[in-house]
Amino acid sequence: MTYNISNKAKLVDRKPMTFMEKLYLPAIAKGLKITLGHMFLKKPTINYPEVQRPFSSTFRGLHVLNRDEEGREKCTACGLCALSCPAEAITMESAERLPSEIGLYKEEKYAANYEINMLRCIFCGLCEEACPKDAIYLTQTFAPANYNRKGFIYKKDDLLIPITSEMESNKLKNQSNQKATANTH
Amino acid sequence: MILLAISLSLILEKVVLISVILGASLGIAMYSTWAERKVAAIMQDRRGPNRAGPFGLFQPLADGVKLFMKEEIIPTVSSKFLFVLGPSIAMLMACMTSAVIPWAPDLVKADGSIFSFQVADINIGVLFIFGVVSLGVYGVMIGGWASNNKFSLLSGLRAASQAISYELAMGISLIALVMLTGSLSMREIVEQQHGFWADGWFTWNFFKQPLAFIIFIVCSFAELNRAPFDLAECESELIGGYHTEYSSMKLGFYLFSEYINMFITSIILSSLFFGGYNYPGMDTVAAHVSPLLFSIIGILVLLAKAVGFILFFMFIRWTIPRFRYDQLMNLGWKSLIPLALVNMLITGAVILYFFNDK
Repeated sequence: MTYNISNKAKLVDRKPMTFMEKLYLPAIAKGLKITLGHMFLKKPTINYPEVQRPFSSTFRGLHVLNRDEEGREKCTACGLCALSCPAEAITMESAERLPSEIGLYKEEKYAANYEINMLRCIFCGLCEEACPKDAIYLTQTFAPANYNRKGFIYKKDDLLIPITSEMESNKLKNQSNQKATANTH
Repeated sequence: MILLAISLSLILEKVVLISVILGASLGIAMYSTWAERKVAAIMQDRRGPNRAGPFGLFQPLADGVKLFMKEEIIPTVSSKFLFVLGPSIAMLMACMTSAVIPWAPDLVKADGSIFSFQVADINIGVLFIFGVVSLGVYGVMIGGWASNNKFSLLSGLRAASQAISYELAMGISLIALVMLTGSLSMREIVEQQHGFWADGWFTWNFFKQPLAFIIFIVCSFAELNRAPFDLAECESELIGGYHTEYSSMKLGFYLFSEYINMFITSIILSSLFFGGYNYPGMDTVAAHVSPLLFSIIGILVLLAKAVGFILFFMFIRWTIPRFRYDQLMNLGWKSLIPLALVNMLITGAVILYFFNDK
């Protein structure tokens, strides 16, 4: 007695081949038809390095540290990102801003060292949500491959966005404004 | 008294012709490897090699360089002389077959002498091809034996028995053709298929002997050791078969000879059954163009037919799974040989009773 609970079991057909099957040619023609059909199908492959698929709009990739419109670092080294990080990937050291560094850092406290270990990071985006100063953001790129583990520990230099010419001009404008107000007093 | 008058210019002509043919068949074999990968990719909805050069056209060069750079390993337990002899025979025999193939109609030069686009017009051309092709199996056999590896040895055995079984059917199917043409010379067989239509029927042998063609092409798959009859080198059972122990350019020779054989077989198929360099309306073409251009068109027509067959070989390879060994032998001995015999008998009877002018 055979059980056929799922109704999907199929008995193996062990009948001897018929004459048409023994000829092989009809089956071969059938096979050729199938492969011929595949010749004209659209290929699902994307030519990766030349063509890249767009990420989803909510993609969370590599972090950047933001600057304000005058090119000053926004981060105040409050440590909320490190606190929120479930993978404990972020470490930082804070320092106090000297009077000569006013143009470099936005607030009186800044991050002297800021490291994210990209091997630990799970790209959850909680640091971005935790940041009260809008200083850290997750971008649409991912960490490139590296030959050693040290290369995956991203320092401040790797994370900070570059100063644009717009920021420079803003900075100059602001400085001249300040000079002007100082002169009037 | 001069028994054998050989002019220097004739020797020169032949040397040039041989080098051109060898170079061309090597080049076409090279690009067959590229085409094979491309065809496979297209059938499997992939893209295939496209990194080296435009459309991956430099891929064969890269493959060749890779094979040359690889370490050359000769197993210590192998018999070294035979080990080197194996791929050499395979390559040599693959290159030799092209000698009797007529590539284009004879070219009458300005001074009235004739330039033949055939290295040697021997009157047993078909027999020569059979002899050389069956010698080619020795390359596989010797390679499999000399490797001192049980898989290679099994593969050599398989190749030999397969060749013997299928050569029979192949030869018998050709006997029917030879009865029809009354000649073993390749040149004459091709010349008889002149044009496309004459005396109320096609001139090409395919339309006169379709069954012989089917038997011949199935057997040539087996002779070429190509899928679905590539039992001598099946990766899944024999880990590469006779070339398991080979590396570097010796492996390259084996793989390459297979592609040269495929090209030559395609040429032979188109010469024997599809009219060789003949094409419909060639007489009007001959009247309008210069003799040299006419010959070149002939070569191109032959090559186009051969490329069609090569693509067909690849098409089959990537469609049909490998036969089991008993299926292979059953097909050869129980189907193809009786079919070929019946075909021969019917052809003989028809010629005797309907086309017997005496």
